[in-house]
Order: sequence, then C-alpha cells, then structure tokens
Amino acid sequence: MKINTRTVDSAVIIEPIGDIDLYSSIEVRKTVLSLVKKQVPFLLIDLGRVEYMDSSGVATLVEGLQATRAYGGQLALVNLGSGVKAVFELSRLDKVFEIYENLEEAISKC
Amino acid sequence: MNRTIEIKIPSDPKYLKIVRRAVAHLCELAGLSRQERNNSMLAVDEACTNIIRHTYKGAPDKLIVIEGTIFNDKIMFVLRDFGEKIDPKTIKSRELNDIRPGGLGVHLIRSVMDEAIYDNTPEIGNQLTLIKYRTKEA
Repeated sequence: MKINTRTVDSAVIIEPIGDIDLYSSIEVRKTVLSLVKKQVPFLLIDLGRVEYMDSSGVATLVEGLQATRAYGGQLALVNLGSGVKAVFELSRLDKVFEIYENLEEAISKC
Repeated sequence: MNRTIEIKIPSDPKYLKIVRRAVAHLCELAGLSRQERNNSMLAVDEACTNIIRHTYKGAPDKLIVIEGTIFNDKIMFVLRDFGEKIDPKTIKSRELNDIRPGGLGVHLIRSVMDEAIYDNTPEIGNQLTLIKYRTKEA
C-alpha cells in the first residue's frame, strides 16, 4: 500500500491510498506508530483515497488514537467516504474520533 | 435457477481483495443496491479475517472456500474453513462502549447481514452462512 506523509503547520498528514484491510493495515500501523513514537502533536489521517476499510483498519486507528492521547497529542480523521464512514458509524466510533470534512477545516483546529 | 460461484483462497490476507472484488461483482449481477453490495463485501471480508486470525491463527497456507449464491429473494455466502472447531457460543461481539483496538468483526458482520449462522458440525472445520435479503429498492 502506498502511504503519503507530509507536514502542514504543526500537523502531520498521513494519506493512505487503497483499501485498508488485514493485509494493508500493517503498513498503516507502522506509519502511525512511527509518528506516535516521535510524539507528533497533531496527527491527521486523510482517508480521501481509501475506498474500503475493515475492522483491522479501524483497530489500527483506535490504537493510534489511544497512543496519541496518552502523550497529550491529537489524532483526527478527514475526508471519509460513505463506505468508510459507515464502518465507523456501525462501530459507534464516529463519536469517539474527531472527524473533519476537509483538510482546511482539520488544520484550522490544530 | 440459482446462480452459484465458488472461490478458494489460501488463508493469506493478501488474497482478501480478490474475495471482495468477487463478492462485489456477484452482488452487482444480483442487482443489489450499492449499500447491500458494500455490506456483503464487508461481512465476507470480516468473516475471512476471523478465519485467518482465529481459526488458522495466522497461518497463510490453509484453505478458505467461499461459495456465493444468488436467489430470487436473497444473496447467500457460505464460508468453509478446515481448522480447529470453534464453539458458536463463544463467538460474541465485544461491548462497543469498551473502546479498544480489535473485536469488532463479529459486530460488523451481524450489523450488516440479515442472518449469520455459525456451524461447527461439519466433519472437519467450521461453516458460516451469511444471508442478505433483497430490499424493495434493490
């Protein structure tokens, strides 16, 4: 899986490209946890190019969320398509994560 | 006439995408709505993931067989594994208020499908039957 990473102001934006499932979530986890290790203050996961996510992907993001909160950082999600959003809603995690419609809105909250 | 396809994959996560594509296409052929297609894809994917993680404990070289059948009133997927028997009574969703990584697969399967029937009575392994009935809009 290709994962783009870039920094805007104090936020690090992670942009995975493709489906996030049991196979590809390993790469996403590595990327997220490497940034958690650096205690990045604001981690933004841009899911605009993710068409499909299963519970493995959700678990990876929950792990990242808990790890960032442990050091006082923030992890937020942005650009969720309808399929990905549905998985968060079904898991009742849409109220647990900060979720933004677009990058501009998310970055303004940093 | 019922229309059935059968897919056999090794229990390696890299093959899950092939399963999802096949499920999605079968749902399209059945004339299901986009949401029903996405739900079926998610349920079958989660079921395969559970087989890989729990029944085969991550071994990538075991067999998973997925059979999909289009009926007039529903679409049905039957998943077979040939691993350790799992007691259906032990298959539970986790409490959703307990926010932690993992344990959501069974909850998602039961949320998006109309029926999910676990059966460990085959001579070898386990069988899961997933059914989605057609909605009027489909």
